[in-house]
Amino acid sequence: MPGVSPQPLVELDDLVVDYGRVRAVDHVSLSIRPGEFVGLAGESGCGKSTVAHALLRILRPPGEIVSGRILFKGEDAAALSREQLRRFRWRNISLVFQSAMDSLNPVMRVGDQFVDMLRAHERIDRSQALARAGELLELVGIDRNRIRAYPHELSGGMRQRVVIAMALALSPELIVMDEPTTALDVVVQREILQEIEQLKREFSFAVLFITHDLSLLVEFSDRIAIMYAGEIVESAPADALFQRPEHPYTVGLMSSFPPLHGPIVRLTGIPGSPPDLAKPPTGCRFHPRCPHCTPDAPQLYARQLSERPELRPIAPDHLVACHLAEERL
Amino acid sequence: MRFILRRLTFYGIAFWAALTINFALPRLMPGSPLDGLLLRYQDVIRANPSILPTLKAQLGSKDEPVWQAYPHYIGNVFTGDFGFSTAKGVPVSDVIAQTLPWSIFLVGVGFLLSFALGTTLGMFAAWRRGGFTDNVLTPLMMALQSFPAFFLSLLAVYFLGLRLGWFPIQHAYSNETNVGLTWHFLGDAFRHAQLPILIIVAISAGGWLLGMRNVMINTVAEDYISLAQAKGLRDRRVMTRYAARNAILPPLTGFASFFASAVGGLILIEVVFSYPGVGLTIQQAALGHDYPLVQALLLLLSLCVLLANLIMDCVYAVLDPRVRSG
Repeated sequence: MPGVSPQPLVELDDLVVDYGRVRAVDHVSLSIRPGEFVGLAGESGCGKSTVAHALLRILRPPGEIVSGRILFKGEDAAALSREQLRRFRWRNISLVFQSAMDSLNPVMRVGDQFVDMLRAHERIDRSQALARAGELLELVGIDRNRIRAYPHELSGGMRQRVVIAMALALSPELIVMDEPTTALDVVVQREILQEIEQLKREFSFAVLFITHDLSLLVEFSDRIAIMYAGEIVESAPADALFQRPEHPYTVGLMSSFPPLHGPIVRLTGIPGSPPDLAKPPTGCRFHPRCPHCTPDAPQLYARQLSERPELRPIAPDHLVACHLAEERL
Repeated sequence: MRFILRRLTFYGIAFWAALTINFALPRLMPGSPLDGLLLRYQDVIRANPSILPTLKAQLGSKDEPVWQAYPHYIGNVFTGDFGFSTAKGVPVSDVIAQTLPWSIFLVGVGFLLSFALGTTLGMFAAWRRGGFTDNVLTPLMMALQSFPAFFLSLLAVYFLGLRLGWFPIQHAYSNETNVGLTWHFLGDAFRHAQLPILIIVAISAGGWLLGMRNVMINTVAEDYISLAQAKGLRDRRVMTRYAARNAILPPLTGFASFFASAVGGLILIEVVFSYPGVGLTIQQAALGHDYPLVQALLLLLSLCVLLANLIMDCVYAVLDPRVRSG
């Protein structure tokens, strides 16, 4: 993007979210510019979904935002009153959830689930709202008569399309997609991603795409942030990240899926399992699983075990939190 | 509606089984209930000789073989001929016509109230888990529920009825009130029903509360609740149309066992309040060796349980679209 980048649409500023004594999101800062496609990747339990919930302020107790700010177009979303918050949801940021199967109310017709959302935000009568719902369904390639269907009468892919159509309804500036394709088979996954891409061009909303599958982000993201144990460990433009991943965890994530082209390589993955966030490791949180953390380099090893690396730029727009990357500079 | 048809078939078979057990029971009893009756109620039977064949079909006798008595008995039941109440000296069907409406009134109103109260409180308790409703009312209702019905009835009669004099403590209406469709009679009947209904609500609302609360705590964790909140819906709408509307389904299926035990409790409640319903009648009939009446009332109770279940199945089918198409 040449010249000065525009004001960020959403800015997470030093966000901290706790579930009781467990710190799920630990001082996370992330900004999303208008129309940008930002990927947020990490293993299960790294806090990426919590970020999504925090953005819309739909955290469930005991989850709560302990500190930090969520700025939307420069305004603090935490300062919104109850009613302002209600209006802010969906109108400005909408959400597509992990499993399409469970994000629609099973006892309500699909059309009615559009109607109550539309009527929560606009003065519109039922029949007009249903007509809108029909148009939105056609936009994602579903017959408009399906507004009369119940969720269980639709396939998984169709249900996810319904939710995407719903997310578009109020033309929000940002759509948060929390693993929107995880529950779907590979073919449907690609179809839906391409559809999102197309709709994004048409309606120019920004996307925060949350996934554990880095391979999904390759062709669609502008920027990718990698989360580990509640922290962002690396953030960079998509191509920079893929060509020159800096953090050993990013490298590990990338070797967890097969490349689409080129020679066959053995998938290595990441040894060990994600840390217990109630008792996170000291120093660099990744050090127990890091292949570069060995006593062979005593000075570095001591730092890795005791000191938390900070997220620092190593190239324009490329941030990494890693002692090793710092040494290399 | 294939679902309802399938259920109807099931209930038809269940009713037939109840009928057959009812037919077999007196025949399996040691001694002969019929002989005892014949001996004790010679005068009654001499005055109404026509009741003898029905009695024989009901209770079994040596001069009618089972293969003849069985169709005879079933035919009688379906024509509403349950024989003659030996203790009351009137046809059993007359006794039923006089007592059943009172019990239906008591159980119907009591059940609907406890259901409405229990599920509503359960909904609030789950929505604000650890809030006032949850911390105070949930344990309170649980405690009430664990009292035996008759004990709670006795306490209510003594304290609320006798000591405080707030409620009439016995019968379905005052002796001086004429039975009829007048406001005076209806008001009087309602006043007399208050205390028994209160007891029914007190002992059964806790079950609904707990059932609703426990299911809804899980429902609230569903993705569609988060999505509904993210959609910017008002809190109350998310609670009712999304969370409670789904959470109510599992407790409804527990209705069968709940209703059956409620009927057992009803007998004792009616006895304590001398309420002229089926429960009191069944107790008197059993004590008075009024076999035809006991037999008919037991059959009636099983029919009521089946009927209530059928109604709940229909309600369930209306409430859950997945059942309808399944």
